Amino acid sequence: MDIAIKTEGLTKRYPSQKNTAAIREIDLEIPRGILFGLVGPDGAGKTTILRILSSVMEPSSGKAWIAGFDTHAQAEAIRKRIGYMPQNFSLYPDLSVRENLDFFADIQQVPTVDKKKRIAEMLAFTHLADIDDRRAGKLSGGMKKKLALACAMVHGPQVLILDEPSTGVDPVSRRELWVILARVVQEGVTVLVSTPYMDEAERCHQVGMLYQGRLLTAGSPDEIVTALPFEIVEVKARPRKRMRQIVAETDDVLDWHPVGDRLRVVVSGNGTTGRTIRSLERQFKANKLEISILRPARRTMEDAFVHLVKGQREQA
Amino acid sequence: MNDFDNAVEVHNLTKRFGGFTAVDGIDFVIPRGEIFGLLGPNGAGKTTTIRMLCGLMLPNAGSATVLGFDVTRRPEEVKKRIGYMSQKFSLYNDLTALENIDFYAAIYGVPDTERAARVSRLIEMSGLKGFEREPTHTLSGAWRQRLALACAIVHNPPMLFLDEATAGVDPVSRREFWDLIYTLAGEGVSVLATTHYMDEADYCNVIGMMYQGELIALASPDKIKQELPGVLIQVDCDRPGEASEMLQELAEVRSISVHGAQVHVTLKDAKEMRKIEKALSLADIDVHSVESVEPSLEDAFIAMVAQRRSQNSQLPEQHVN
Repeated sequence: MDIAIKTEGLTKRYPSQKNTAAIREIDLEIPRGILFGLVGPDGAGKTTILRILSSVMEPSSGKAWIAGFDTHAQAEAIRKRIGYMPQNFSLYPDLSVRENLDFFADIQQVPTVDKKKRIAEMLAFTHLADIDDRRAGKLSGGMKKKLALACAMVHGPQVLILDEPSTGVDPVSRRELWVILARVVQEGVTVLVSTPYMDEAERCHQVGMLYQGRLLTAGSPDEIVTALPFEIVEVKARPRKRMRQIVAETDDVLDWHPVGDRLRVVVSGNGTTGRTIRSLERQFKANKLEISILRPARRTMEDAFVHLVKGQREQA
Repeated sequence: MNDFDNAVEVHNLTKRFGGFTAVDGIDFVIPRGEIFGLLGPNGAGKTTTIRMLCGLMLPNAGSATVLGFDVTRRPEEVKKRIGYMSQKFSLYNDLTALENIDFYAAIYGVPDTERAARVSRLIEMSGLKGFEREPTHTLSGAWRQRLALACAIVHNPPMLFLDEATAGVDPVSRREFWDLIYTLAGEGVSVLATTHYMDEADYCNVIGMMYQGELIALASPDKIKQELPGVLIQVDCDRPGEASEMLQELAEVRSISVHGAQVHVTLKDAKEMRKIEKALSLADIDVHSVESVEPSLEDAFIAMVAQRRSQNSQLPEQHVN
């Protein structure tokens, strides 16, 4: 397998944090040509990893490679091969969309013969061609992100590193952004993207879940969910209070939590979910509850994250 | 005490900043003990709405009452009776957790005789016991969030405003936070929460979706999903990026999104599924499965925005697709 990004024991301590490391012993292997999501809440260490990979910061210990180049010892080689979009990518608000692209193409030393074509491609790709003369400062949040993305990849990088590209972007533009990213991957580029949104993890080919500086797990969303030692049953019945009591008293129910009018019930699985549902149904009917939902539900990346974090907390 | 049936009543509420209409004639009510979610992207008008309801900003038109008090005429009565927690928790970092709660209790005029009991109950309830003497700046984001909530409810407000209160918090803490909110609602507290996490809105009893200052939907999460126009299908196929670009061009397709190896397609009618499969096979893209799936609130929101945009297509377009 061709590996685009690799880290070994990557650890970073900031001088301001004496006791806790921002990231600890991160081992990652990201194959070429996939969309990899680094998922975790604020403060989990996502930005730290991306900065080290982009060779704008050194790790305290451990190593990282991109396309086989050491991010520390061969930083020059790395910078040519990657596009890095930090959270607050600095566009020039007084320059137009096209002028911004032109500027970043020059910085990245895109040869003059290629430049015009490359910029046109980027404009078409991000659907900004119709407004190429608009000043960057006048763009909406979603359009700014698209322009930043275009600038970050105007030099045709092999690896694209994006720090929370969808934060603060409205849902419509967010969706468009993911369509663009899927297309970038199609072109053979490896994309590493960080996000605090669990639902976005499901849009990636592979995911690394990060919590308090540690990698909880990595794999495809399917693998991660399949490995969970439980299943979920979704329940909605009235009266709600009685529904909760019955759920709490039912065998095989490990946990539950309310989501609006529904309960997401964690059951032990192992082929017994059908039995648990039937037993709930019997109890609901015996108690004259009005059932509107009672069915197995899809396990989400949030379920996986919550499970893994609880496991880590119990160990601690 | 003021008599009221609804904790919040909003009629034609409007706020303009110069030529820009931030909130455009919205109407809704929040019955007592309900959790109402105000949902929408940044800039949709959520925070402006909250500010008017908290008596911090005057509307240009329309009216609103909170706990029976008119927010324009009696903002001071409103302010005394509500709890407000924003994304930027206003905590004193050099004080301990206990001192922060105690400080807010003093500000809100909690009587001295009740103060100690109230503060210790909040420490207990928010799970801060054992950490109450730690300086606030050493607490993690999730702990600070719980502390901010404790501070916001120290005066037992019957109405609680949460403005992006769970942004960036880990999912475990987020679930625990919502458990606390449900406990409060169970005690009769009414809640208005804003969020731009579409999946979080599932926690609310009723949601209002805001877009460009307007309320484009108002119903329970289940109802909003059920009423999504068209059907949502999930296509598992090779080269999803290419597939999505191609499907986007089809007349039958209303909207599209890519989820890793899968493409989500909204169609007008389930009968059009065949056409999708045919188009993909013509393009030589292998299809592994096609099935219909339950839409998320995000799917519903996007469908509604698309509808709104096509209705307004004669107007100059702000966003370009």
